[in-house]
Amino acid sequence: MQTVRKKIKAEPLLFHTFNYLIMLFVVVVTLYPFLNTLAISFNSGVDTTRGGIYIWPRVWTLKNYEAVFLTGKVFDAFWVSVARTVIGTAVSVFLTAMLAYTISRKEYMFRKPVTLIFVLTMYFSAGLIPSYFLIKDLHLLNNFLVYILFPGAGAGLISAFNMLVVRTYIYTLPESLVESAKMDGASDFKVFMSIILPLCAPVLATISLFTAVGQWNSWFDTFIFASSRQELSTLQYELMKLLSSSMNSNANPNMSSTAARDLATMVTPLSIRAAITIVASVPILIVYPFLQRHFVAGLQLGSVKE
Amino acid sequence: MPQQTVHKVEVTPQSARRTNSFWSRMIRQRQLILMSIPMVLYILLFAYGPIWGWLMAFQSYKPGFPILEQTWVGLEQFRFLFTDDSFIRVLRNTIAMSLISLILGFVTAIGLALLLNEIKQTGIKRLIQTVSYLPHFLSWIIVTGLVSMALSTEGGIVNVVLMKLHIINEPILWLGEGKYFWGIVGLTNIWKEVGWNTIIYLAAIASVDPSLYEAAEVDGAGRFRKIWNVTLPGIRPVIVILLIMNVGWILNGGGFDIQYFLGNGQVLDWSETIDIFVLKYGLRIGNYSLGVAAGIFKTVVSIVLLYCANIIAKRLGEERLI
Repeated sequence: MQTVRKKIKAEPLLFHTFNYLIMLFVVVVTLYPFLNTLAISFNSGVDTTRGGIYIWPRVWTLKNYEAVFLTGKVFDAFWVSVARTVIGTAVSVFLTAMLAYTISRKEYMFRKPVTLIFVLTMYFSAGLIPSYFLIKDLHLLNNFLVYILFPGAGAGLISAFNMLVVRTYIYTLPESLVESAKMDGASDFKVFMSIILPLCAPVLATISLFTAVGQWNSWFDTFIFASSRQELSTLQYELMKLLSSSMNSNANPNMSSTAARDLATMVTPLSIRAAITIVASVPILIVYPFLQRHFVAGLQLGSVKE
Repeated sequence: MPQQTVHKVEVTPQSARRTNSFWSRMIRQRQLILMSIPMVLYILLFAYGPIWGWLMAFQSYKPGFPILEQTWVGLEQFRFLFTDDSFIRVLRNTIAMSLISLILGFVTAIGLALLLNEIKQTGIKRLIQTVSYLPHFLSWIIVTGLVSMALSTEGGIVNVVLMKLHIINEPILWLGEGKYFWGIVGLTNIWKEVGWNTIIYLAAIASVDPSLYEAAEVDGAGRFRKIWNVTLPGIRPVIVILLIMNVGWILNGGGFDIQYFLGNGQVLDWSETIDIFVLKYGLRIGNYSLGVAAGIFKTVVSIVLLYCANIIAKRLGEERLI
């Protein structure tokens, strides 16, 4: 009897130990590359090439960050990134919400075709080259507007996924609100602006996060459509240029001592790279914890079948 | 979702003919139309408009001349694609990396969700979730940068750990050998998305009827039996839906950015995917027609796959996507 009871108790204990070990592994594997980069970004570049930097800098320095910001390029690019994120997100979230309202109205005669036209864009793309020609014909090449308008890596004016998320949320609001407002003579636009939009605040927070992250992280549109104008370069694109130049040296054994040969200066491509990686991810890291509970709820909404 | 009933009573004069009621509805709903049609026009222009450019795939396109004055070559570009060794290799890479990412991604996300669900301390659970969602929000440039640092031969953590454990004797140039590339892509995808992907599964697990667990307990089912016989069947609809969605993206090759940033001259034969092929032929070499043809192939196959997966799901009595 006693051994049986012990067995029953031992099983959960064994399981939980095993489970916590796996979770520890997940947490360490997720955080380590990050902490390592953070340490390298604060460590003297020359010293880093000696190896052995894990999660704590050995020779503290701010030189890497100075080098990043003193080039000026990164500083300008940072502001372009901020501009496209703020403007792109505000415009897209408003228009997406407005569109979601119209397709949430059961009486709306074009509800089905409008929904279908947008949902299809989630699965279908005309391809890079035709899109490039379109953007060129519209004279949007090397134009800031392409960041707001192009429905690619960012979100464009409308994101179909976000539209479905907002629509599902609107369905959960009591229909009587809209009814009574309309009874009082409110137009659809007025109902949307004064009733639906304020009530949608939680879900708008969710899609704002999705859109803002998409905008902030986007580099491909800069690369394809705006790479010949330095003043339109974004932080991610600057990072990309830096990474692709130093990553190739990483993969090629003959060139891997570039860093070592760079002894004359304090900073190395690797340490600059680390610093700019941190600069590019800090805004997200700051915003992220505040929005966590929203995006979890939002994603669950979006997963509900339409 | 609770279905809301429409209370609005539409009063139409009995004498009104169909066309009249169509126009009168349009007038009545003019605000809804004004609020949505500009966006429809926008998406038609930006997302559907470029389909016009598909004509290039049936031509031998030379820049500088209008598209309708180009030389027509019929299906020549497609014939060239499918007899070209490099495209066959690109196709192989694309499908292999998609399948690896897809399967690894599903198994790890479901596994992690099941394990997270067994943690009862809310605080610890929340902490693990916060950490594991984080990489989803980082750009691929950052993620691939972190990966290449971790895999580096000069003090990269992977080599350091493997050497400390005496699994390998000297650092391996992970990104310099083709045979490792697919696996690295799969693992990088997991690193970035596994936590994020658990959100949906955790929601699905939470919605499984608790009385089923109690019934299973009465029948003497242990932890693993309950997971196998209650939880997994309970979240099956979600798994199927996500599988269908992912099937439609199988020619994405598990993402474009990873291969673009981690790929290099030494692993080209293993890293090149359709998207990179299009980029290379289209914008770098300037053979637009071939690039467009490859792009069309990708889009058409994706839609056909999505459609088929949808039908199969319907036959199996599962929920459908569209």
